[in-house]
Amino acid sequence: MSIVLKNGRVIDPASQTDRTADVLIVDGRIAGVAPNLSSPKAEVFDATGLIVAPGFIDMHVHLREPGFEHAENIESGSRAAAAGGFTSICCMPNTKPVNDSPMVTSYIVERARSQALVNVFPIGAITKGSAGEELAAIGAMKAAGAVAISDDGMPVMNSRVMRRAMEFAKSYDLPVIDHCEDLNLSAGGDMHEGVKSVRWGLRGIPAASEDVMVARDLLLAQLTGARYHVAHISTRNAVAMVAQARRHGLKVTCEATPHHFALTDEEMLPYDSNYKMKPPLRSCSHTSAVVDGLAAGTIDVIATDHAPHAGSDKMQEFERCPFGIIGLETALALALEELVTPGKITLNRMIELFTTGPDSVMRLGRGTLVPGAPGDVTVFSTDLSWTYDLNQSHSRSRNSPFGGRTFRGGPVATVVNGQFVWKR
Amino acid sequence: MNPGLLGIEELDRAAIEAILTRAKDFQPLQSQSLKKLDTLRGKMIVNLFYEASTRTRTSFEIAAKRLGADAVSITASGSSVSKGESLVDTLNTLAAMRPDAIVMRHAASGAPHFLARHLPTPIINAGDGTHEHPTQALLDARTILDRRPSLEGLRVAIIGDIAHSRVARSNVHLLSKFGARIVLCGPPSLLPVELKDLAPEVSLTNDIREAIQDADVIMMLRVQLERQHEAAFPASEYFRFYGLRLEHLELAHPDAIVMHPGPINRGRELSSEVADFQRSVILNQVENGIAVRMAVLEQVIG
Repeated sequence: MSIVLKNGRVIDPASQTDRTADVLIVDGRIAGVAPNLSSPKAEVFDATGLIVAPGFIDMHVHLREPGFEHAENIESGSRAAAAGGFTSICCMPNTKPVNDSPMVTSYIVERARSQALVNVFPIGAITKGSAGEELAAIGAMKAAGAVAISDDGMPVMNSRVMRRAMEFAKSYDLPVIDHCEDLNLSAGGDMHEGVKSVRWGLRGIPAASEDVMVARDLLLAQLTGARYHVAHISTRNAVAMVAQARRHGLKVTCEATPHHFALTDEEMLPYDSNYKMKPPLRSCSHTSAVVDGLAAGTIDVIATDHAPHAGSDKMQEFERCPFGIIGLETALALALEELVTPGKITLNRMIELFTTGPDSVMRLGRGTLVPGAPGDVTVFSTDLSWTYDLNQSHSRSRNSPFGGRTFRGGPVATVVNGQFVWKR
Repeated sequence: MNPGLLGIEELDRAAIEAILTRAKDFQPLQSQSLKKLDTLRGKMIVNLFYEASTRTRTSFEIAAKRLGADAVSITASGSSVSKGESLVDTLNTLAAMRPDAIVMRHAASGAPHFLARHLPTPIINAGDGTHEHPTQALLDARTILDRRPSLEGLRVAIIGDIAHSRVARSNVHLLSKFGARIVLCGPPSLLPVELKDLAPEVSLTNDIREAIQDADVIMMLRVQLERQHEAAFPASEYFRFYGLRLEHLELAHPDAIVMHPGPINRGRELSSEVADFQRSVILNQVENGIAVRMAVLEQVIG
């Protein structure tokens, strides 16, 4: 089995490659990147005018299986990933049951092996049931395939428990990913606390609820020496604190979602739950700090926080709706349109944010096209015009504020372990 | 766009003036012995109240009946709501019975706005969470205009739990559109600074004396204990710092009127003497509620 992607612009930040070339994949691995490559019996894909990049990694996805298959499952979520140009995804543990044991981790790994179109890497819980009290079986989950730990969505409020988690994670060489939110400060909040929340009579989630937790975690990361990663960073102060911690030599990384660099609370449709997520859409001074952080290198990763919710759950009074939107299918297009096209970051930087960035956090051994690397490739266009039709989404859910938007640039083909899993 | 009435913010001056002028036509009717018109004969209005309310629901019901319409009132307890039916399903069910308008009160901000996107039936907002209460602001404006030639340049103090008050938000939007100067006053935890950006000519203070100084209108708000999800202010000292007493009135304009959307808590947000004070117009507000709601119903359905 071999594939040759002909004549595309090959950009591989890991090997500092940016040139027109062919990419040959043989037996699931990159066999070469050079002009005029060929191989007998290879499937030929004409990539003329397209970008050929290492397979994109989304390190923050909710696949909802086991437990919430009406909203998403491993198969549907992985198809949405493939259609978004992602070849590897890491799934958060807030399933039912919570992925807090090697049994659940193994179940996800097995289901992914038989159902998923892309590589799926489970993230284990920090605490049992993500209840924030008793540590989960971190080492055993790692042995079963977990690549990180997180109580995403239910942050560990007890600082002592978080300290212990970081100590254990360090000994197992796993990153600790935190959804940074002081639950007392944010309690009952539905959107960013600011002019809009006051105008609309909705309870606010202050930026300080994120800042307080990032500050605490950074101090604990310093205390323990753990590898620490801030999920979906969204505030000016949080970005500044991470930058400062880096300067002091801490092993800290962070990610931003497309919606946090593409939208502000000003752009919300009033009381439309497709704009309800955590962290909430912030005001423009926060959003511009996120964009600056992506450009300056403070933010290492673009991750979607793909959070499917069934239609009936999102068709409610705003304050009753669950938080989160789907994002796998629009992430690349949003990064191109909101970051690259306006010149805020280069194309090379964007590809880093989708490849080497997440790989350096999760250490999957992917995200590059050097010979011998896994045959994961994302082929995309920077000028293809397409419209996001939610009714055609591969996800089982439809909760996105970007439905109906016409994008310039987007994924064209996705290769996972040497096989096409999606073509436009 | 749903043809009902969702809030004051999106109305322009002309639309508001039309309602206030029409309400004036309905005022004399309230004291006649025969009070019923047939303007809306054959029309059906559903009052759907997801929150307890005596005066607003009764007021809408009477307004509908005085216009000759039929009115059905539904309260959340004892309906399908308590059987777990979603808001959209309940509203779709009601809409299938072809009412001409749904008057709705709900504890969630934006609930009527959300429904208006999915329903063709006109929705009249009778109070949504901590967002808007448009007919209250309209009846307040009618009550002020019964005593003043215009709202332009009036100094209006709104005092109390502003953060949780839909009455305050609707009044700020309305009064600001007509050039009144508005002072919002309350304890800091109930007076977010962003309120200043709600509309032009809005200022904030934590000092009740400063708020009342030279005021033409003093609007007191109920302390909404049911909307406070935390102890945002020590209740025991509320009256001491934010309760309206007779001596405060000396700071105001000599003709200043005292308003309150009700129900009043004597001794909590205003003293009993102030409630019974001759320039207190609290019962006039209630009376005007019917005239204003008649004007709104006529405009939406008629």
